[in-house]
Amino acid sequence: MMKQNIEPQLMKNGGTVDLSLVESLSYDDFSRCLLTEVETGGRVAAFFGVPGVGKNDDLELFALIARDRHATIAVYRTEVGTSFPSLTTSCPQLHLFEREIAEQYGVRPTDHPWLKPVRFHRVWQGKTDVWGRPLDQHPLPGDMEYYRVEGDGVHEVAVGPVHAGIIEPGHFRFQCYGEKVMHLEISLGYQHRGIEPMLLQGPHSSTMAQMETIAGDTTIGHGLAYCQVIEALSGCEVPARAQSIRAMGLELERLANHVGDIGALAGDVGFLPTASFCGRLRGDYLNLSAALCGSRFGRGLVRPGGVLFDLDATLESAVQTRIDEIESNTLGALNLFFDAPSVLSRLEGCGHVSLSVAEDLGLLGVAAKACGVPRDSRFFHPTGIYRKVFDELITEETGDVWARAHVRYREVIASIDLLRRIGKNLPSGPVKVPVGPLKANTLAVSLVEGWRGEVAHIGITDADGQLRRYKIVDPSFHNWSGLAMALRDEQISDFPLCNKSFSLSYCGYDL
Amino acid sequence: MLDIISERFRQGFRTGKFPLEEPKLAPRFRGMPEFRGECPSGCKACEQLCPFGACGVREGKMALDLGRCLFCADCQACPEDRINFGNEYRLAVRNRQDLLFSGEEYPLAKPLEPARLKLLGRSLKLRQISAAGCNACEADCNVLGTLVFDLGRFGIQFVASPRHADGILVTGPVSENMRTAVLDTYEAVPGPKVVIVVGACAINGGPFIHSSETNQGLDSLLPVDLYIPGCTPQPYTILDGLLRLLGRREQRG
Repeated sequence: MMKQNIEPQLMKNGGTVDLSLVESLSYDDFSRCLLTEVETGGRVAAFFGVPGVGKNDDLELFALIARDRHATIAVYRTEVGTSFPSLTTSCPQLHLFEREIAEQYGVRPTDHPWLKPVRFHRVWQGKTDVWGRPLDQHPLPGDMEYYRVEGDGVHEVAVGPVHAGIIEPGHFRFQCYGEKVMHLEISLGYQHRGIEPMLLQGPHSSTMAQMETIAGDTTIGHGLAYCQVIEALSGCEVPARAQSIRAMGLELERLANHVGDIGALAGDVGFLPTASFCGRLRGDYLNLSAALCGSRFGRGLVRPGGVLFDLDATLESAVQTRIDEIESNTLGALNLFFDAPSVLSRLEGCGHVSLSVAEDLGLLGVAAKACGVPRDSRFFHPTGIYRKVFDELITEETGDVWARAHVRYREVIASIDLLRRIGKNLPSGPVKVPVGPLKANTLAVSLVEGWRGEVAHIGITDADGQLRRYKIVDPSFHNWSGLAMALRDEQISDFPLCNKSFSLSYCGYDL
Repeated sequence: MLDIISERFRQGFRTGKFPLEEPKLAPRFRGMPEFRGECPSGCKACEQLCPFGACGVREGKMALDLGRCLFCADCQACPEDRINFGNEYRLAVRNRQDLLFSGEEYPLAKPLEPARLKLLGRSLKLRQISAAGCNACEADCNVLGTLVFDLGRFGIQFVASPRHADGILVTGPVSENMRTAVLDTYEAVPGPKVVIVVGACAINGGPFIHSSETNQGLDSLLPVDLYIPGCTPQPYTILDGLLRLLGRREQRG
């Protein structure tokens, strides 16, 4: 029996909902709601399993749908037995989430068109492995059926897990016809450290350090997302000054990575002046983070309740002076790159992803914005100081390597401006307040626009106020599929350039 | 073309003078720990309080295992707040037990023994392997190749193939999913070879020391020649360690 007019619980970013208020729908209603949401402009921020407690221990599924235009997040909940009908063919952005649920809980999404392991770990809970792998052994990474094309002149190129540069491990399989890539399949999991299970019954004293190293290049992004979950669950109000310092950390992280990525793209196309300048300038931004908190990657800056480090007047003005100095060098290096015809001819039209593919796959951040899809949680779901200072939603239209590079270029300019405005108007007051115990039986959500895109963290507490489930979604989780699509019909020799233009995290995906 | 040349002049010459000049690090940088005062007798609180098991009491004295220590800004280990992280960035050592620091002398890395030093001392090619590293240690190894550090001027280079390498430099706690790949890569390096671990993860598991999905670092899997502690080690800490291993920093403390 289908229910009419299901009104889900709506949350704000950084908000909570009492679990007892989230109605558990039948799977039919649940799937109908999800598909309607996505048809009407919603996107899947997270979809994950939660082991049931109490009278029956069926797996619960939670879906968090971001309604960007309304600045709200809708929560849906259902229960499933040993299998559930896959929704991937109607809603492709669910494909990895369903595979993840299958791998973690041994529950099969039936008729999933691409049901393969995600991270190659043992099933967390449940008595079966969906792929029939022995339960008493650790699965072999990369051990799965790969998509294969056969025929005259068709060949396969396998790369990784260990790559040629200083880069994280992953396995890539190209199905090629001559130089042309027909399909790229990406198999990750090599970086899997089992972060989510370690959070159970937490937070623990080791948790913050683990959150800062989910993806070490997004220390502030993930650290902040975690802190906002804990603050929401404990009802803690972060002081205004701390919120501004957090934003400075987040924008510095964006600047360092964007400048570094444009430099790396320059290196990949052999345009060495910008590659050299940006390699150094990236370090200048990292050193600014170190000036704030002692760590080039922002370790130790953000903590539940605020920040650990304040800026005195000397440091405030030193940071501003330093930004002024680096800004002109940064713009000089970047303008040189985007003005060079030889560079543009390599970037333009390469690794194209269409707007509809980007929307279907639920791409986030730079990768989405480059296709003309407006995605930025600083804009749609702002928290802290972003409520007041952020008004610049940057998009490009061409969806190619150039667009992804150019989004970064424009975001660099915007972030420098933001940093200056935030730094010049730092509110006075404390930078940290104590955090109380967590509310019991509550779900909290936090979305932070990291430099790659939206970082989503969701925490659910049990009756004792301990974490019963903690879900982490790095933007790379959505975006790796975008890279695979970008490679279709491209030359295999353009893979490094396309890969760099996405610049995705392996460990953020592998967790 | 003229634009490129004029921009080059505007950006200036930026390669650092290290090791002739000591680097200027951020005043808030957390390096070599310093202990304040004496441990109260019988207090062994730190053995429980450090989430990563880095701290303990040995012969009545506080001992910090720099191989496990993450140099946390909010170090939770000592209830007496005796631990302070100073600005000393030189931290690399040759043996795992040298990382146990109790406030006395800290044995910075000695050069390789003569046979390997003769072969590798002026040209060291390394194959970097990220084994579940979070991309921060990787990034700060990568940065050594930028013109600020210009690793090449010391004859050290990261190469694409283990067959071209004289050793491996490993980051990350060595996830179970990377164990075979790490060992295979090591095997593919022709001998004599060196093994270098960078960061708390690769030394002993770092933040993931308690994870059943990691091997708690490389130490139990391969013989390690150089340990570079930190989370994340400062690039100069890494560079200083590499140079010490090659006998290029001996005279300088």
